[in-house]
Amino acid sequence: MKTDRLGHWLAILIGMLYFLVPLAATFEFSLRKLRGVYSFEAYRIVLADPQFQSSFTFSIGLAVVTIVFGMAIIVPMAYFVELRLRKLRPFIEFVTLLPLVVPAIVIVFGYLRLYNSSSVLPLTNSSLGTNFLLTCGYVTLALPYMYRSIETGLRSIDVRTLTEAAESLGASSATIIWRVILPNIRSAMLSGAFLTFAIVIGEFTFASLLNRPAFGPYLQLIGANRAYEPAALAVMAFMITWACMGIIQVISRNAVAARH
Amino acid sequence: MSFIEISHLKKSFGPNTVVHDFSLSIDKGEFVSFLGPSGCGKTTILRMIAGFESATSGSISVGGAEMTHLPPAKRNVGMVFQAYALFPNLTVAGNIGFGLKIAGKERGEIDARVAEMLELIKLPDLGGRYPYQLSGGQQQRVALARALAIKPQVLLLDEPLSALDAKIRVSLREEIRSLQRELGITTVFVTHDQEEALSISDRIVVMNEGRADQVGTPSAIYNNPATRFVASFVGTLNLFEARVVDPASGRVSIDGQPVMTARDISAFGIADEATVALRPEALTLGNGDDDRNTLAGTVEEVSFLGAVIRVRVRLREARVSLDIFNDPALVLPKIGMPAVVSFKKDDLLIIDGR
Repeated sequence: MKTDRLGHWLAILIGMLYFLVPLAATFEFSLRKLRGVYSFEAYRIVLADPQFQSSFTFSIGLAVVTIVFGMAIIVPMAYFVELRLRKLRPFIEFVTLLPLVVPAIVIVFGYLRLYNSSSVLPLTNSSLGTNFLLTCGYVTLALPYMYRSIETGLRSIDVRTLTEAAESLGASSATIIWRVILPNIRSAMLSGAFLTFAIVIGEFTFASLLNRPAFGPYLQLIGANRAYEPAALAVMAFMITWACMGIIQVISRNAVAARH
Repeated sequence: MSFIEISHLKKSFGPNTVVHDFSLSIDKGEFVSFLGPSGCGKTTILRMIAGFESATSGSISVGGAEMTHLPPAKRNVGMVFQAYALFPNLTVAGNIGFGLKIAGKERGEIDARVAEMLELIKLPDLGGRYPYQLSGGQQQRVALARALAIKPQVLLLDEPLSALDAKIRVSLREEIRSLQRELGITTVFVTHDQEEALSISDRIVVMNEGRADQVGTPSAIYNNPATRFVASFVGTLNLFEARVVDPASGRVSIDGQPVMTARDISAFGIADEATVALRPEALTLGNGDDDRNTLAGTVEEVSFLGAVIRVRVRLREARVSLDIFNDPALVLPKIGMPAVVSFKKDDLLIIDGR
C-alpha cells in the first residue's frame, strides 16, 4: 500500500520535473539580461519593441477573425450533424482530425500553388487576400479543437428534443440556433475560442510562408538574433496559453455548476 | 367531419414499415390515447401529426386544413416531450413565453399570458426559476404550460409522465386531464402504460406492429378486447385455448372442464379451438351461485400485491390467476390445497371470434 503511494508520488514528481525544470530554467535565463543581477530587462526590451506590439496586435486580430469565421462554419455544421446526420459523425470526426495528420507546411504549399499571383484566384496578390488565406489556414488548424469543443457542448444537451420543442413553438432553424442552441453551448464555444486563440498566437509556419507580420515569425526572428529576449518571449507565450487554459477551466466549471 | 382526420397513413424507414395504413378520426375536444408497447408505431404517428416525421403516404388534416407536408413550425400544435425539453438557458417564464415571443407578440401580452399559464399549472411564484431548479413534475408542468401558451389547436403528449415517479405520475395525469377538460383542447396522448391510458382517455387506440388493433372507449377496450394482443396488453388476463363443445348453447371446455359462455360462438364448429379469456377480478374462490361456471384445481401460488391478493390455481395443464380484495380478516388459501374458482358466463371472453 505504502509502496504504491510512493510510486504514485514518484510518477507525479518525475512528470512535474520534466515540465517545470525547463520552464524554470527558461524563466531564470530570461532574467539574466543585465550582468550579475536578476532583472526584467529582457521583458522590458521586448514589450518596448514596436515590432512586438504590431505583430502581437496583428495575431490577436487574426485570432479573433479566425474564431468568428471558424464558429460560423463549425457550429451550424456540428448542429446539423448532431440533429439529422448522426451517421456521418465518424466521417466528420475523421475529416476534422486531418489537420493533425497533414503538416501545416503541406497545407500552406497547397495554398501557395492554388492561390498564387498567377492563379485563377490570386489571393496572395494583396495583403487582404493573403490575410484571408491565413485565416482559412488557421480555421483548418483549429478545426480539430474547435469541432471537438462544440461537439462536446452539443452532446451535453438534447439537441434533437430542444430543436423539436422550439419548432413546435413556431421557431425557424436560424432562430433555434441563435436563441436555443448557442446560449446552451456558450461555455463549449468559449473553450473552442480560447484554444483557437492559443494556437493562432504562436503559429509560425503559415504566417512565415505567407509572409505575414504575425507573432510567430517575430518569435522566430528574435530567437535567431537575440539571447535573453527569446526566453522572455517564450515565458510570455506560456503565460498567454495558461491564461487561456485557466479561463477555459473557469468557464467549464461554471457551466457544470449552472447545470446542477 | 372530425377535427383531426388521419387517413391511410403509412411510414417506412427504408425497407422497414413502422406504420401500416393507419386511419383515425378524432373529434374536437376529445382526449385520445395511443397505447402500445415500444416499437408499435404510436410515437411515430404522433410525430407525424407534429410534423417531425414525414408520412410515406396518406394524409393528416386538422380543423379541415391539410397539413401532411407542413413544417412543424407552421402547424400550431403544442407538444410535450417525455424528457421535458425545457430550454436550460431560459427561466420558467422565458420558456412559457418563448412561443409567444417567436410569434412577435407584445411584451405586455406575453407577460399576461405567462402569468395566466403559471396560475393554470399552479406554479405562480416560480416564473423566475431556471429548469434545473425545479423537480421533474414541476418541469413537466412548465412544459405543458409552454405548449398551451401558444393556444395550439391540438395538444400532443409524448409519454409525458414516463420519467416521473409513481405518485407524481398519478397526480400529474389527473391534472393534465382536468386542464384538457377545462380548455376543451383536442389532445393526443402516447403511452405504454395501460393504467394511464384507461384512466384519462375518452378513447384509446391500441397499437400493435404499426396497426390499430382496436379503437374504443376504455371500458370497451378493457371489457371487450377485439384481439388476443389487446386482451393481453390491456390489464392482466388469463388466456386459454378452449374446445367448442356446443356452439349453439355456448358450451366450451377449458382444460377438460366444461363451462358456458354468454358470448356468441355460433361461428365455431364442434371441437374447434377458440381462444377464451378471463380477467382475474372476474373470478372468485369457491362455487358461488348455481349459474356460475366452475373450474377445479390446486392452489399454486399466493402473491400479496397490496390492495389485492393474487391467487394462482393450477387446473390440469392450464393455470388461472384470480384477484381477491385485501381484507385483514381474510383467511388466505394455502399452497397445495384443492380449490374451485367460479365466474359468470358473461365474463368468459371469446378472443378470436370468427
